[in-house]
Amino acid sequence: MKAKIVVLGGGVGGTLAANTLVDRLGDAASVTVVDPTGMHAYQPGYLYVALGQANGRWLGRDERTLLHKRVDLVIETADRIDPVARTVRFASGGSIDYDYLVLATGSRTVPEQIPGFVGAGQEFYTLAGALRLREELRRFKGGRVLVGVTGIPYKCPPAPVEFVLMLEDQLRGRGLRSRSEVTLLSPLNRAFTVEAASKLVQPIFERRGIKLSTFFNVEAVDPAKGTVSSIEGEEAAYDLLVLVPPHRGQALIDASGLGDQGGWVPTDRNTLQHKTHDRIFVIGDATDLPISKSGSVAHFQAPIVASRIAALVKGQVPQQTYDGRVMCFLETGGRRATTLRFDYAHPPVPPRPAVLWHAAKWMFNRMYWHTVPQGRVP
Amino acid sequence: MTLTDMVITKTIDARGMACPGPLMTLIGAIRAGAVGDTFAVHSSDAGSKTDIPAWTAKAKHELVEVRPQDGYSTFIVRKAH
Repeated sequence: MKAKIVVLGGGVGGTLAANTLVDRLGDAASVTVVDPTGMHAYQPGYLYVALGQANGRWLGRDERTLLHKRVDLVIETADRIDPVARTVRFASGGSIDYDYLVLATGSRTVPEQIPGFVGAGQEFYTLAGALRLREELRRFKGGRVLVGVTGIPYKCPPAPVEFVLMLEDQLRGRGLRSRSEVTLLSPLNRAFTVEAASKLVQPIFERRGIKLSTFFNVEAVDPAKGTVSSIEGEEAAYDLLVLVPPHRGQALIDASGLGDQGGWVPTDRNTLQHKTHDRIFVIGDATDLPISKSGSVAHFQAPIVASRIAALVKGQVPQQTYDGRVMCFLETGGRRATTLRFDYAHPPVPPRPAVLWHAAKWMFNRMYWHTVPQGRVP
Repeated sequence: MTLTDMVITKTIDARGMACPGPLMTLIGAIRAGAVGDTFAVHSSDAGSKTDIPAWTAKAKHELVEVRPQDGYSTFIVRKAH
């Protein structure tokens, strides 16, 4: 009898896992992707949309076109997983059984958790938010810009630093720089979590007159006063406020009792198995692993999960393990970028910002649809 | 009170994790936690030895203990407010 493998989520992790499973197992398994929209979003593009450097059209594709023809796609909202009965129930009333389940459900933003944020603060973590911010920036005539972080973990840790550097570039180009003050409200005592990257970025901040306010974890926005306050007890005033919204795991995880307080799924850092239910594997943002929530992590984890499930289906002992591999680009403005590559055992050693890495990021953005979901980039 | 008899609300194993890093993960746990919750953070990152005490002091939480372990340190932090 064929093994039934169900993948929840048609993002980078789910799509690549499903395609790899079909490649590895052929007729030995049925592979079904369940996704609420059937549209695959390339989220790293939102930053460029917000800054007016890209339009939103190239950021979404029909998930069906990215899946191997032998992968079934079911467009349904899963609302409950029963790990004992091994069933996923749909909001529409139907259900699907599994032998192995892959949770690639990603994360969601919950700006409403920060008092005063909705309506007063801008964000670029959704396409709608990025488009609104683009319009806001078009109207911006100078003033105090604050960029901050409201919760941890959040997707793409370099994004606020990148946004600040690229925005400063844009304001300079538009002749608004002298009338503007640009400040990064950093959650840490430096610009970026990775110290080696901070050492690259902070001198750039100094050269360009970008202010850095450290240990400022945004707690609330007061739109009437035009200020934000931090959990450390400080306050800052803004004319334009751009915040990384709080993130959570999906409601499905909470409803199924499979996650922690934040809706993140307890996951073994090497096998990527759920810590309690060994027929459930977890990829990407959905895990509780304290590593970057980024497409690259999902990209590196998906083949590992596919390989482990394929081994189990064949009655073999799974061999491949995840070593914590992460790869990020970090745009530094002026058409330059650097890269951060690391794993559990090796911290990142970012190269000097160069045009080459900016070009590589753009190339990756353009090539994504034809390479990553199909497993053409190792 | 020592590490062995203390009630730890949540243990964060951030060994070998450069990004978002031990402190960021602790800040996230403190935000999500309740007053009085105690968190244990395992970190192999040298920067944690200064970062975690500095943030805990600024944010006015309580650094209960720093315990050197084999190749890493464990920081015990209590959410004070």
